[in-house]
Amino acid sequence: MEFIIEYFTLILGDGNWKFWLEGISLTLMFVSLSLLIGGVLSIPLAIARANRHPIFNPMVWSFTYFFRGTPLLVQTYLLYYGLPQFDFVKDSFMWPMLREATWCALIAFTLNTAAYTTEIFRGAIEAVPHGEIEAAKACGMSPFKRMRRIILPSALRISLPAYSNEVIFMLHGSVILGVLPIIDIFGAAKTINSRYYVSFEGFIPCAILYMILVFGITRIFRMLEKRYHAHLRPRTS
Amino acid sequence: MASADNSTMLKVEDLHKNFGNIEVLKGVSLTARKGDVVSMLGSSGSGKSTFLRCINLLEMPNSGTVTVNNEVINMTTDRVGEPKPADQKQVERIRSKLAMVFQSFNLWSHMTVLENIIEAPVHVLGLSKAEAIEKAEALMHKVGIYERQHYYPAHMSGGQQQRAAIARALAMDPDVMLFDEPTSALDPELVGEVLGVMRGLAEEGRTMIVVTHEMGFARDVSSDVIFLHQGRIEEQGPPSEVFTNPKSERFRQFLARTRD
Repeated sequence: MEFIIEYFTLILGDGNWKFWLEGISLTLMFVSLSLLIGGVLSIPLAIARANRHPIFNPMVWSFTYFFRGTPLLVQTYLLYYGLPQFDFVKDSFMWPMLREATWCALIAFTLNTAAYTTEIFRGAIEAVPHGEIEAAKACGMSPFKRMRRIILPSALRISLPAYSNEVIFMLHGSVILGVLPIIDIFGAAKTINSRYYVSFEGFIPCAILYMILVFGITRIFRMLEKRYHAHLRPRTS
Repeated sequence: MASADNSTMLKVEDLHKNFGNIEVLKGVSLTARKGDVVSMLGSSGSGKSTFLRCINLLEMPNSGTVTVNNEVINMTTDRVGEPKPADQKQVERIRSKLAMVFQSFNLWSHMTVLENIIEAPVHVLGLSKAEAIEKAEALMHKVGIYERQHYYPAHMSGGQQQRAAIARALAMDPDVMLFDEPTSALDPELVGEVLGVMRGLAEEGRTMIVVTHEMGFARDVSSDVIFLHQGRIEEQGPPSEVFTNPKSERFRQFLARTRD
């Protein structure tokens, strides 16, 4: 009993609970912002890939290959430590932003998830049944309308399960914030550990918090699939 | 067949189509006046489906002209010499007047029957959603799937799906309806319900081009029968003539093989 009280005093007392709150909100903010921006970016990129656009397809392929081919931590470090090596970056109007760990991390996260999501969407676009696209052509839809009304709605539904994995990976990838001077959930654990010279105590709530977040994510995707995959399930009446 | 006049809805002249080095259509022509039902017969590989798909440019014909309601579809060639439409907007407009019914239905699987039927009227023709729904309800009654309007395609039988696809085609108020083997993917006992709907459409004076293997339908419903063999018209005429007194030996053999 005594041990439990001692443990909770360690991780929550002395104002430590604030680290967790800050950590949760920062983790959620970084992950959701990068998913949102990366997701929006990935749609045109995926269309360029799926349509085998002669100029954009190789460009987008190189982009996704680089960001899927290197670890997120390396990408973040390349931005954070690499950019200041260039004088033109330091002289540019972007410098006040790019010297901040926050922005470097957000840019790296966004581009990373954009790369993965692009490939998920590309696969889904290519999986839309050809006959359904022909039916859209045959009733006089323009290429843009076919994309907006038939192909993308169908492709986004197809990609839901794969995308839920990407969201979870992104959440787990966000621990990289904790190795930068940013207090996310992992950063909160590290801060508390170093405050009391302990080695692992802070990681227990850290792990539990990530598990709770993942539970929430899977629930959200279960709801989305229930709603948007109704046409794939056997009919219940 | 009559020459082009005001009642000519569809005129195809000297259509050629190659896939690589293989010439699958070697100059096929067809004229359909308002209310005509033209049945296209032929064994598989004869080019009949390709011909139908060239009419609404799902395949690009290499030469020949397609005229829909007295408007010629303008064609040109791209840089490597492949045929392509000169005016994409024109093609889209003409396609919206040429409804197509496919062998494998091709309903949009993530939409309910009702959503399938109102999709193009709302987003291509620009009808209001309320108008489109009102029209869709009448059409669903007509083809007998009103009770299934909130079903997804995967939750219906093939016959119901094909009738939904016919309703989707009708919702466009088409000048000409193109049927690409509409009963070939159906179980034998479901063929009748689809043919019944098509018979009804013929009776109300719809202009229809029907690629089919249903000899009974071709004989009883169509105003003209065209028999294709290796990309050429081998026999052509009203069913009363071609079925009782076929001029071509190949059509005679075809009839003997498919006698039901």
